[in-house]
Amino acid sequence: MLSNELQAKANWVRNRTLEMHRLAPGIRIASSLSPVEILTALYYGNLLHQNPADARDPARDRFVASKGHGTLCLYPILADLGFFPADELDRVGKQNSILGVIPEPITPGVETTNGSLGHGLGVACGMAIALRRAGNPAKVFVLCGDGEMNVGAIWEAVMFAAKHRLDNLHVIVDDNGRSMLGYQKDILGLDPLAPKFETFGFAVAEVDGHDVNALVATLRRLKLLADGRPKAIIARTIKGHTVPELETDPLAHIRVLSHQSIDAALRSRP
Amino acid sequence: MSSLANLPMRDALIGAIYERMRRDPTIMFLSADMGAPALDSLRAELPGQFINVGIAEQNMISVAAGLAMEGLTVFTYAIASFYFRALEQIRINLALPAQIRPMNVNLMALGAGLSYDVSGPTHHCLEDISIMRSLPNLAVLSPADSDTALAIADFAPSLAKPKYIRLDGKVHRSVRQGVVGSTDFHKGYAVLRRGDRVALVATGMMTHVAIEVADRSPGRFGVIDVIRLDRGIDQSGLFEDMTRGYRAVISLEEAYIDCGGLDALVSSLRGRFDSGIPHRRFGLPQIFDFSPGDRAALLARHRLTASEVAAVAAPWLG
Repeated sequence: MLSNELQAKANWVRNRTLEMHRLAPGIRIASSLSPVEILTALYYGNLLHQNPADARDPARDRFVASKGHGTLCLYPILADLGFFPADELDRVGKQNSILGVIPEPITPGVETTNGSLGHGLGVACGMAIALRRAGNPAKVFVLCGDGEMNVGAIWEAVMFAAKHRLDNLHVIVDDNGRSMLGYQKDILGLDPLAPKFETFGFAVAEVDGHDVNALVATLRRLKLLADGRPKAIIARTIKGHTVPELETDPLAHIRVLSHQSIDAALRSRP
Repeated sequence: MSSLANLPMRDALIGAIYERMRRDPTIMFLSADMGAPALDSLRAELPGQFINVGIAEQNMISVAAGLAMEGLTVFTYAIASFYFRALEQIRINLALPAQIRPMNVNLMALGAGLSYDVSGPTHHCLEDISIMRSLPNLAVLSPADSDTALAIADFAPSLAKPKYIRLDGKVHRSVRQGVVGSTDFHKGYAVLRRGDRVALVATGMMTHVAIEVADRSPGRFGVIDVIRLDRGIDQSGLFEDMTRGYRAVISLEEAYIDCGGLDALVSSLRGRFDSGIPHRRFGLPQIFDFSPGDRAALLARHRLTASEVAAVAAPWLG
């Protein structure tokens, strides 16, 4: 996909996610807008190879949406790629839908349980070990939030990944600076995150998490790196990206947008 | 009978797992920095199938989940009470996905009940039966001797569900010689003695106390050893065997009572099958016991002895 096509795809994903929110106000829209370009880069940038006809194809690259409720922009992508019919997007959170307000493994294309934070990286370590043992060249990608870095189990998994030289494992941190009750800098002060991963033995890159082409280039460079180090990509993002009332609200996590706000956001980037 | 059966439960089971792992490279063994004599040869000879995850029980469970999702069979090994640290990982990464896909992860929990007697209440594990029984899709296995522990090595790979396996820390004599089918984990219990007055329904090391009671008054007590405590067992068979021909039933567990353990299983069967048979319960009160003492002293303090059981049963023996 050409660079301008990737940006157009990212805009489409964002707008489709906003449309979903109109029908499903229960989804966490602010934290689902920060990883739009990250997931667009992964799924459309020739990085994550999957098989919509067989969601459990052993050759697939594994994607673990560890910051579960903040990855709802995944749904339009999975529908677009053919994992399930697109009209299902209008039924998020509704009775008998296969799409919950938090992605669950009943949805084709969703690997793991993601409703509680801090679990995905450890599970991904197990997958990465198993793939390497089987001689399977598939890669494992995990999307975590920066708030998720508060969880102790994350650092157990970080140590494990480095010790076991899991260079088929890629952690992408959607570093939007905010969790539910405010700014991370006021809560546990995670910054600087990159040197922490570096010290723990990861190959690390930092990137503008809303520059889809920079994301593709960075992810591709790290994916090709095979020196034993697991990889961490710190993607600097903005929670509620492109929606001013979300971008500026420390408590944006639980905000529900009005139809007028959604209309305005859709007009801002058609 | 394998010579492994004369070892402590953990070594019997690990030895049997080791034999399987040598033939089957799809079995992995994870330890939270816990050792055992039988683990030494496994670690040395099968390094590709063994991982010491460190003192990191949460990550051990998550890694085991990832391995199982890729089709591997996993055994994990840690101190029983330290699995509580990883309860959410057990719930979310094992029990929950097991509802929709195979998840063969086997949690070997060393130090059931008061096994770690002198180590005190951090190491006593009296909540695990009730906590683990409350999780959907999780089998709870509770062997009373090393024969049964050994049999888990054959059973575990055959049932692609997560399983919590209580292993006693001490060596106990075999209780099941000559009892056909006594390690049938689908049935979930074994009748070790038959009698005509009182049925003793026990699990783990309390099965030995039940046998002591029964053998003092031959023909009076039935002894049923419950080797699996989740709802996957033959519940109507257990109800029949613990009530038919008896005047009362007594449940015995080295665990807290009144919070969902073996006593609750027995009670629920009485309710489900609408039986009015009297039920008395032996177990521990819900306190942390700081007082020093070995296991015999702790059991005596909490009246978990053959004499106390016989005294409670006395009214129905005449």
